[in-house]
Amino acid sequence: MQRWRGSIAAARPTPLPPMRPVDMATRIARVDWLLVLTVSAIAAIGAAMLYSAGGGSATPWAGRHGVRYAVGLVIMLVLAFGGLRRWYSMAYLGYGACFLLLVVVEVAGSGSGATRWIDLGVMRLQPSELMKIALVLALARLLHEAGPDGADRLHVLGPALLLIAAPAMLVLKQPDLGTAVLLCAGGVTILFLAGVAWWKFGIAAALAAGAAPIAWSFLHDYQRARVLTFMEPERDPLGAGYHIIQSMIALGSGGTFGKGWLQGTQSHLSFLPEKHTDFVFTMLGEELGLAGGLFVLALFALLIARIYRIAFLSESRFGRLLALGVGTTLFLYVAINVSMVMGLAPVVGVPLPFISYGGTAMLTLQIGLGLALAVAVDRSDPMEKNRR
Amino acid sequence: MSSPQEDRRRFGRRAFLLAAGKGLLFAGLSARMYQLQVIHGDKYETLAEDNRINVKYFAPRRGVIFDRFGRPLAENKRSYRVLITPEAARDLNAALDRLHAIVPISPEERERILRQAKRNAKFIPIATHDQLDWDAIARVAAHTPELPGVDVVETSRRVYPEAEASAHVVGYVGPVAKEDLTGDPILGLPDLRIGKGGVERSHDLALRGRAAEAKVEVNAIGRVVRELERDPGAVGAVLTSTVDAELQRFAQNRMGEQTGAVVVLNIHNGDVLAMASNPTYDPNLFSHGITDDEWRALSTDPLAPMNNKAVSGQYAPGSTFKMVVALSALEHGIVSSKKAFFCSGVHKVGKGRFHCWRRGGHGWVAMHDAIAQSCDVYFYEIARKIGINRLAETARRFGLGVPTGIDLPAESSGLIPDKPWKKTRFKDPWQIGETLIAGIGQGFVLTTPMQLAVMTARMVNGGRAVTPRMVRGEADPPTPPGLGFPPSHLAAVARGMRGVMTDSLGTAREAQIPSRALRMGGKTGTSQVRRITREERRKGVRKNEDLPRKERDHSLFVGYAPLNAPRYAVSVVIEHGGSGSKNAAPIGRDVLLEAQTRGSAEWHGGAGQSAIEAAIRRERG
Repeated sequence: MQRWRGSIAAARPTPLPPMRPVDMATRIARVDWLLVLTVSAIAAIGAAMLYSAGGGSATPWAGRHGVRYAVGLVIMLVLAFGGLRRWYSMAYLGYGACFLLLVVVEVAGSGSGATRWIDLGVMRLQPSELMKIALVLALARLLHEAGPDGADRLHVLGPALLLIAAPAMLVLKQPDLGTAVLLCAGGVTILFLAGVAWWKFGIAAALAAGAAPIAWSFLHDYQRARVLTFMEPERDPLGAGYHIIQSMIALGSGGTFGKGWLQGTQSHLSFLPEKHTDFVFTMLGEELGLAGGLFVLALFALLIARIYRIAFLSESRFGRLLALGVGTTLFLYVAINVSMVMGLAPVVGVPLPFISYGGTAMLTLQIGLGLALAVAVDRSDPMEKNRR
Repeated sequence: MSSPQEDRRRFGRRAFLLAAGKGLLFAGLSARMYQLQVIHGDKYETLAEDNRINVKYFAPRRGVIFDRFGRPLAENKRSYRVLITPEAARDLNAALDRLHAIVPISPEERERILRQAKRNAKFIPIATHDQLDWDAIARVAAHTPELPGVDVVETSRRVYPEAEASAHVVGYVGPVAKEDLTGDPILGLPDLRIGKGGVERSHDLALRGRAAEAKVEVNAIGRVVRELERDPGAVGAVLTSTVDAELQRFAQNRMGEQTGAVVVLNIHNGDVLAMASNPTYDPNLFSHGITDDEWRALSTDPLAPMNNKAVSGQYAPGSTFKMVVALSALEHGIVSSKKAFFCSGVHKVGKGRFHCWRRGGHGWVAMHDAIAQSCDVYFYEIARKIGINRLAETARRFGLGVPTGIDLPAESSGLIPDKPWKKTRFKDPWQIGETLIAGIGQGFVLTTPMQLAVMTARMVNGGRAVTPRMVRGEADPPTPPGLGFPPSHLAAVARGMRGVMTDSLGTAREAQIPSRALRMGGKTGTSQVRRITREERRKGVRKNEDLPRKERDHSLFVGYAPLNAPRYAVSVVIEHGGSGSKNAAPIGRDVLLEAQTRGSAEWHGGAGQSAIEAAIRRERG
């Protein structure tokens, strides 16, 4: 861990100059309240779906979902007003801590099957989820420090790729294909936004294509089965393909306006697997139909659009990269999850943000949104002096 | 070095590209949602319904059949069977192994079970054992906790108390064959038996009833979550046959070892009071599950015991056809009943010589004597004058050459030839000699015993088009329409039939019923099975007894009783039985006497009706 910090610290100049103070009223006004409203609406829909998934009951899922969201909302606002500079300075520390947790999971949790969490008693902490935001934060700082032309330089790009690859490898070993893909895609998007030359992405794409067969050989059997099943669900309709087929039946049977809240037959008769986590969108589609599904997608689009607005209004490179990094991560969650339940992507275990039941993913994204709000609150700070 | 402004512009460009990509992806996801939920929505809705809804069927009790006096012809007896439901058993092979340890399953049975499991939906139970004894049932029941998917159920077995005597009336039941499948889900039930012959077959749909049906909602592992709908179904209808079981038994036994058929009709409403066919079979064999050997013996017997000769057998009517010829002649004004012809024993037309059964001839005969003494030459004369087409038309009005429409399976239509028929059938023109032969009920003419009984009934019921029936409906059928024969013509023929039984030269004078009030009329028939050559006729026609059975004449008789107010018509056909007057006539006499003394045509609204009503209550309760 120390080696990491050391190598980056060597390229780090003096701390930022003091910031021009902005009064509290302005800061409150700069918070994107529409964003907060949108995400709360999504979480409310999530609670409603979990209420239905619980068989028309707040237990075991809907109630806890609401409480967790409320707690997360406080954390989000604390982050929003905590000062962008503070988060900037803590970026590597956060990354390091998450990385340490990942290693702990790898060593301590080396039991049978997939180990992805640390049991904290009140909740199961999934370090790989937190890592998604920690990575965005660390990359944003690294590329901010490197300056407008720094991203293409080897002594920046190298550490940047290492920042992405190290946790991705660890997560893949857990094994958690979905999170690994999300980490890589999120990281590469930030590199792209930071201005890495086009041709480098070309080479990377070519390399990835060449390495695919090798990667295939490293995949676990169940991961391969998922990919194969995705290609052809009818291959094994009662086995691996069952989930995808039943999910499509559930979604399709919802029609335009759905069977009505609490009325989904596929989900309530257990034909639908994991209806409260990864397949919650299917249940939503079954009960609320195309209309409900499109409405939720529109809410997510609105949420992401607000994050783009924050990015465009930010005076600092750090702010822009951080905001869009968070936005892209959120987008990837939604896109992968929805594709997955509609049979367009392999089942890789990515939840639907704020709707699926699961503490860490929601907390992670609330931290992310809190950071994005911090970018909004401190948007006029260019953090210029930091650049070499 | 790029300026911050340039950096921001580049960021803007790339962010825009990225946003465009995301927008496209969301649009793609929306399109997919539209595809699944709207375009293919109906398909998935059906799949979801199929997922959740199972339909379970329960066989209704088969309707009971009574005779006209409330005596049971077909009943249900309690019986036990073992069923296995593949869906609930999960591993069918393992389940069968466990069951085998308690009650043995032969390898062939096992194969049948596995085959059925493959064919049927997996929630349909399959019978593994039928009619187990109490010990075995108790053992299976005691082990049910270790035998998932195995059930012991009480079912019923079809029982025919009259056994052989009523086999051709009620028929029998058997398991559903592939060709019986009509899409009615009840046919998929393992213990269902459907009618395969007789009334069991012709009234199968009514007897079968409607399956009870439970629509249940099941979850992903097939467990019933709740019942959505239940249709209690309906037990099979209770039928009352027109047959008098005791008269039926009498007629069946009266034939003894001889093969053939006897039919007794109520001439006014068409009730079939008895319909015997010999040889016969025991329909109970089929309820037990007939063995291969038993089935082979029945189906390959040259005497065809499974064949109901009363409606399926076709025989030349011989002289029993002569009343039709007489009525046709009267109708077309060919002769009056007084007009006499001279019978020399032979009738010549062109080069053809047509003989009378009596070598010396009958001398001068008019209609009454021609019928009573069965003079062939008289009927050659009038048949030639009528012509085959007009004769055929009259015959059809008496129900010959067309199916009677009786509610029984496998009815033959018989054959009444005419010129157009021969043209299409043989591409040959009609020969005059063929008309003459047809005039004595030989040649191409074929009738079933049922048709002969109907013909006789129509002649003595005032010329009404009565049709036969095996099952009584709620109400009596309407009075059948008249056939257009003047009462004087019908009376002349009826007198001739009385002459057959009473005249000193009547062909069946020995068969008359002695008791005056019960006396009968009738007509004998002896139909040739072989052709008598000219040479044989010269040397002397061989006696029937000297011929091999296959070449002997069929012995026929039709009759009615009582003379003054007829109620019963009878027809008797004894295959290769020789002379009609010696063989068939006494049988017809005995059956008519029995019917009259028993009062078979009576409809007992009293005792019989209440017996039936009690039985119906028992069945429904």
